[in-house]
Parts: sequence; structure tokens; C-alpha cells
Amino acid sequence: MSDDTALKHTPLDALHRELGARMVPFAGYAMPVQYPSGILAEHQHTRSAAGLFDVSHMGQVRLTARGGKPRQEAARALERLVPAALEDLAPGRMRYTQFTNDAGGILDDLMVTAMGDHLGLIVNAGCKDADLAHLRAHLGEVCEIEYMESRALLALQGPQAVAVFSRHVPEVAQLAFMQAATWTFEGERLQISRSGYTGEDGLEISVPGHAAEALARRLLAEPEVMAIGLGARDSLRLEAGLCLYGHDIDTTTTPVEAGLTWSIQKARRSGGDYPGAEVIASQIAAGVSRKRVGIRPQGRAPVREGATVSLPGGSAIGAVTSGGFGATAGGPVAMGYVAAEHATIGQALELDLRGRAVAAEIVALPFVPQRYHRN
Amino acid sequence: MSDRLYTKDHEWVEVDGDIATIGISEHAQEQLGDVVFVELPEVGRSVAQNEDAAVIESVKAASEVYAPLTGEIVEVNEMLAEDPAQVNADPYGVGWFMRIRIDEPSELDELMDEEAYKDFLADLE
Repeated sequence: MSDDTALKHTPLDALHRELGARMVPFAGYAMPVQYPSGILAEHQHTRSAAGLFDVSHMGQVRLTARGGKPRQEAARALERLVPAALEDLAPGRMRYTQFTNDAGGILDDLMVTAMGDHLGLIVNAGCKDADLAHLRAHLGEVCEIEYMESRALLALQGPQAVAVFSRHVPEVAQLAFMQAATWTFEGERLQISRSGYTGEDGLEISVPGHAAEALARRLLAEPEVMAIGLGARDSLRLEAGLCLYGHDIDTTTTPVEAGLTWSIQKARRSGGDYPGAEVIASQIAAGVSRKRVGIRPQGRAPVREGATVSLPGGSAIGAVTSGGFGATAGGPVAMGYVAAEHATIGQALELDLRGRAVAAEIVALPFVPQRYHRN
Repeated sequence: MSDRLYTKDHEWVEVDGDIATIGISEHAQEQLGDVVFVELPEVGRSVAQNEDAAVIESVKAASEVYAPLTGEIVEVNEMLAEDPAQVNADPYGVGWFMRIRIDEPSELDELMDEEAYKDFLADLE
């Protein structure tokens, strides 16, 4: 058993242990990887009903323009660090984007929400210290940067998620995918967005840490809701074709190579004042040498991160960056980068599995249809 | 109390004459979580004690299964290819992995009996 005394704990730590979670160290936190029902059951429950995830380890950051200036001022400032257009982001709207470096590589990926006088950012747990330093170094003069450390973050995901939460806050049913709003529930301000990391409809709920356990217990008391750990979170997002920072994207991959050009609004595709803008603009214009693709290995053996990807009987053309077992897809699923000239749906591949060649094929992402609630 | 013997790597061994049936323990299946694939050795292969003999893929990760004894693989549990979840459901029964013809019976003395294995697990806590 690992010694977790040096780890940080989320406000739901005691609840996880009470539920019988297996706790593991993740990005400096003790986090539940699974509960007694197991990753496969948790995965399938999220796809069929509703799963409650503790994602309080993620960084919640509030960006407010100094000097009483409007939110658009903060948005303009943040546009100097990310490829997305943010100034036109309407109140209650969210966008997915990335912090980039001068080479166009990805320092982290994040969600940005326009909320009244400020922007709300959600960043990865493992990157949040670096992200905060990055924000302070570049935007500190024009923006106040607050790390909302005392807030917890819950995700309620699955086809029943919104129906369940509507019993407590009926207005959430009005939200469309990638919209957010703030409601008071039992005296606490909840910021709720219709978003997630599973490919399913669902909500992400920012709640004061002291109120998180009570809210989680209320939700877990609903018959449709089961607690879900990080293990199923990973298999759900992989089936949904979503990138995991540090694996599918990192400082050596650009948003264009990663297939994230959709997250760069048109006006920003030919350039901008963010780091690596020229690299990214030229990749959009002239193409990239490698691309992220979905990979379906034949048979039942999962092929994991790091496996070499080759043409059948031929030379290496890339590597797997995420791989595992897709409980809904009904077999192994993977993502990885391959040389752009071979990055076509249906391309036959060979994957190296412990020295043995496993036949595979490039397939369209996601592996399971996304079921977001778009208006 | 069964006659099963155990390794420190959480394999179990049941001996019948010169044939040893091998699987992974209840503790091991619990720690691994849902098993989604098992790669078994070829029948006829000779394995040395502690050599990699099989691979278990759980949802989370791949883990090696080591041969607890030196010998020849004489049978593998083909059913696990179709239904790897049996490793979780019944690790001491239908979830067995392989049978080895024992070459070095003295190696059995190095294995733990059930009592010793229980103590070993208690020390891991």
C-alpha cells in the first residue's frame, strides 16, 4: 500500500473511503481509481444512467481584468496565451483551448467560461502550478488571477445526469452543451456547466469545498447515480476520442497535429499574438507531418501507450499515446500519432505488443457516438 | 483449509501428482480489477521458475504472471480467451491459467501454504 501522507486530499476524501474506493496517488492528490463495483461496471453505468466523478483535483482559476475593466479585457489578455478566440465569447458560454509554447506545443489544455465580469478557467491538476505561474508572468499586470482552491468540482455524467440534477436545480435542463450558469442551491453558489469528459451528456458542478460532500451524498442517493473513479474516467474519455494531457498532447504536439484545429476559431487560424501562432498557422495552411488518429487493434488484447505503430510488415510510422479496453466499444481501443501520409480511415497497421505484431486499423474518432445536448 | 500453495507474486499452485495447476490469488484479482484479456503460454513450452509465463491485462494495466515452478506447460485454460472475467469471478476455480509438469519438485518447498500466505498478505497491509 502506498504511503499517501504527502498527498493532498479533495473535500470528498472521507466519502470516497467510506464508499470503499481504492485510492491512488494522481497529480499529487489521493484520488479514487475505482470503487468496489469495478471500472467496467462504472464505465457502463455512466453510459447507461449517471456517474458522479470527483474532479476537485483540477484547477479552478478566475481571471478578472484589473481596474474594473470588463470581462472582454481579460479575454483579450488570455488570447495572448491560447489559440482560441475569446473576446467574442458570450456570457455563459464555454470554449476548449490550449496554452501553447513558442513552438506551438501544448503546455496544458483548458476550458474557458465567460461569467459576468470574469473568465473561469479549468486546468489540469498536474499542470495547475505551472499554469498559474504562466498566467501570472504574462497576464499578472492586467488581470487578477485567483486560484479558487477552496472550491470542489464534481462531474455528473451520463444520459440521466441532467434529469437527476434537475430534481434539485430544475433550471439546469435549460443549459445547452458548453453553456454555464450560476445558481444558489441550499445557500451555496454552484457554477454549473453542461460539459464533461466522457462523451455523454452531463454537468460539471463547481461547489464550495465545505458543501461538496453534502451535495455528493444528495446525488449518490438518487437511484440512477453511481460513484465513478479515475479508471472509468480514462476509459470513457478514450472511447469519446478526447485527449489526455501528458499522453495524447504535450509540449511536443501542436493543436493541429492533435486534430484540435476545430478549437481554433477561424479568425485565429491565420495567426495571432499567442505563443507559436506562426507555427500553428503554417501547419493549418500547409499541413502537418503527423496526426493523431483513432486505432482499433484486432482481437481482445489492449495495446497501451508507447506501443510502436507500423505499416503491416513494414516500417514504424508512429506510436500509441493512449490505449485500453473500451467497455462500450466492446474491445481494445487506442489513439496515437502516425505519419500524416498514412493517417487515413481504414489504413491497416501493426502494433507492437510485447514483441508480437497485432493487426490494427485506423478508425474514425470517437469510438462511441458523443451524445452531447446541443440546441 | 486448502492444499493450495502460493508465491510472493500472488500466484497459486495446486499439485496433483507431477502436474501443478496455476492461477492467481483472490488478492491478486482484487488488486488487478476487471481482467479484460489473458495471454497464455504455448502448450509444450518449457518454463523456468520465476520466468514470465502469462500476461494479464486488466482495464488499468498489463501484469506478468510468473511460473511458480520449473517445468513444461502441458495445458492452458483456453476458456479465458473468450471469458477473461472468470479470473475475477472464480480465481481458484474456472479462472485457472495453466498446468505445468513439474521438473523440480524441491521448488515446492519455497512456496507458502495458505496460512503463511495469509500472514504474508497481512504484512502487506
